[in-house]
Amino acid sequence: MPFLVKDTALLEAMAFVWLEADRLDHAEFEDWLAMWTPDAHYIVPVEPGTGEFETHLNYAYDDHAMRCKRIERMQSGVSVSASPVARTIRSLSRFRLLADEGQWVDLRCMQRLTEFRRARERTYVADMEYRLERGAEGFKIGRKVVRLINADHALGGISYIL
Amino acid sequence: MTETVHSAPGRFDAMLKEDRALTRLYTDAALFEEELEKIFTKTWVWVAHASEIAEPGDFKTAKVGREPVIVTRDRKKNVHVLVNRCRHRAATVCEVAKGKSNSFVCPYHGWAYALDGSLRGVPYEESYAGKLERGALGLRALRTEEYNGLIFATFDDTIEPLVDFLGPARKWIDLFMKQSAGYPMMTQGEHRFTFPGNWKIQLENTTDAYHFPLVHRTFLNLTDGETEDMFDLMNKGGWVEDLGHGHSVMIMMPELVDLEDGLDAPFPEKFSALAEELRSEGHDEAKIRRIVRAVGGAGFNLNLFPNLGCSAAFFRVLQPISVDQTEVRHVALGMKGGPVAANVARLRIHEFFQGPMGFGSPDDAEVWDRVQQGAQGGADLWLMLNRSLENEEATPEGTRRGDVSSEIGMRAAYRQWKTMMEA
Repeated sequence: MPFLVKDTALLEAMAFVWLEADRLDHAEFEDWLAMWTPDAHYIVPVEPGTGEFETHLNYAYDDHAMRCKRIERMQSGVSVSASPVARTIRSLSRFRLLADEGQWVDLRCMQRLTEFRRARERTYVADMEYRLERGAEGFKIGRKVVRLINADHALGGISYIL
Repeated sequence: MTETVHSAPGRFDAMLKEDRALTRLYTDAALFEEELEKIFTKTWVWVAHASEIAEPGDFKTAKVGREPVIVTRDRKKNVHVLVNRCRHRAATVCEVAKGKSNSFVCPYHGWAYALDGSLRGVPYEESYAGKLERGALGLRALRTEEYNGLIFATFDDTIEPLVDFLGPARKWIDLFMKQSAGYPMMTQGEHRFTFPGNWKIQLENTTDAYHFPLVHRTFLNLTDGETEDMFDLMNKGGWVEDLGHGHSVMIMMPELVDLEDGLDAPFPEKFSALAEELRSEGHDEAKIRRIVRAVGGAGFNLNLFPNLGCSAAFFRVLQPISVDQTEVRHVALGMKGGPVAANVARLRIHEFFQGPMGFGSPDDAEVWDRVQQGAQGGADLWLMLNRSLENEEATPEGTRRGDVSSEIGMRAAYRQWKTMMEA
């Protein structure tokens, strides 16, 4: 069966967010920072299902400056919860292209992340929502929303990027 | 409730002195069980802020010690704290964290309870042959009292009224509430996280300035210069005060104790954009000054034994789970009906430091975890609580205080712990 244009967009988007995931797990943070549009937000909301982020409490509501600080914190060696930074391995699956408007696409998928640190293993499962914007150099992240399955319950300390 | 050891004064003398304690206090599972009975069922435990159940029918679930409760507001606006346990066969009657309802219906056999806990409906009641004592089978109600929006409950009908329990802490609660800048105080969501350690490790931390420049070095490095100067706690003339009943207050920023004073002082540069936005919305200058001065919270942490901290700009709520497991909630606060921009500014400040992904809390949780790990060693070694023991002094109000990094707050909490455990 030949690929349709729609499938090509889905495959491109999948490849892009897999690259993002790989860069996070392998600490390629400079390259990761360059994957975003300047005004994009990385958001981890507290309330399941909410569509209002700015006026509600989030775990993270990071613009570019906050993303830089989060990375600086991880790499500083000064933060006791990030010394060492937790090892993480994440997989993304169940991809669906929710919209393709030419200039941008909306991609939804799931992420299962395992963290290992100080002999303890933890898992965080989330629904991921990406707005990916098309530009001359391909996709950039216009927004990334991490909807943890247990967002409104107690989490452990997370001194890395989901 | 199982009956544990009948104690006597002096029973804990060997493991808890005025200025030190044995690590058994963190690690002994039997002591933990005893704490639940002798402390958490016999004192005032914070369960809600009034704004969380503002309207008739509003409810939230909470815990008093390990017992699940529902906090409700009935049609007459009275607050009830009810054990979340059906009087028929014990199932919880509510599993929703927060909401609005007319009644609570047990999912098992359909017994229905009103907002005040009274039993209203029993399916197929004829099989009880008219002998079911409905009046005696309401949800168990706890004694409930409120001070300045803080709702507390207790299983003990014999202890002092809440106002007496709070005592000198009331002054600090009143000061804390000034940060809503003339609007009613409201909660704005909460972060929850657990750490593998005893609840008293977190209790101690709320009036521990000593750790701040070390554990929160990364926060200080990443924040703006003004905030870094503000949090130079060790050099700002702050103090810690023992308020009795295990309560204490740590004054970190003396200039921000009373947020209605010093309104003529210039704004910190970091809030100039917010001030400008409020001006563009047409708020008058006096109101803007009040809001902006309060947006980062009060300059102190009030530690209310055993489970609430009124901590600068948020509520810190402790939930003991087991001897080595504790849940912490950081409840964000705001101004009900206040400018959205100012409430949003408060949320971003909260997210920056607090919660499982903040730049502060995960480092706190990590060192508390390390305390619990380390406490597995050296059972005969003391936890030292003697910092600034020598410079304690009396205040004009009749309380005692020490310098900002004094461990007097911890000594106060453990004195209350001992009194209750030996009672």
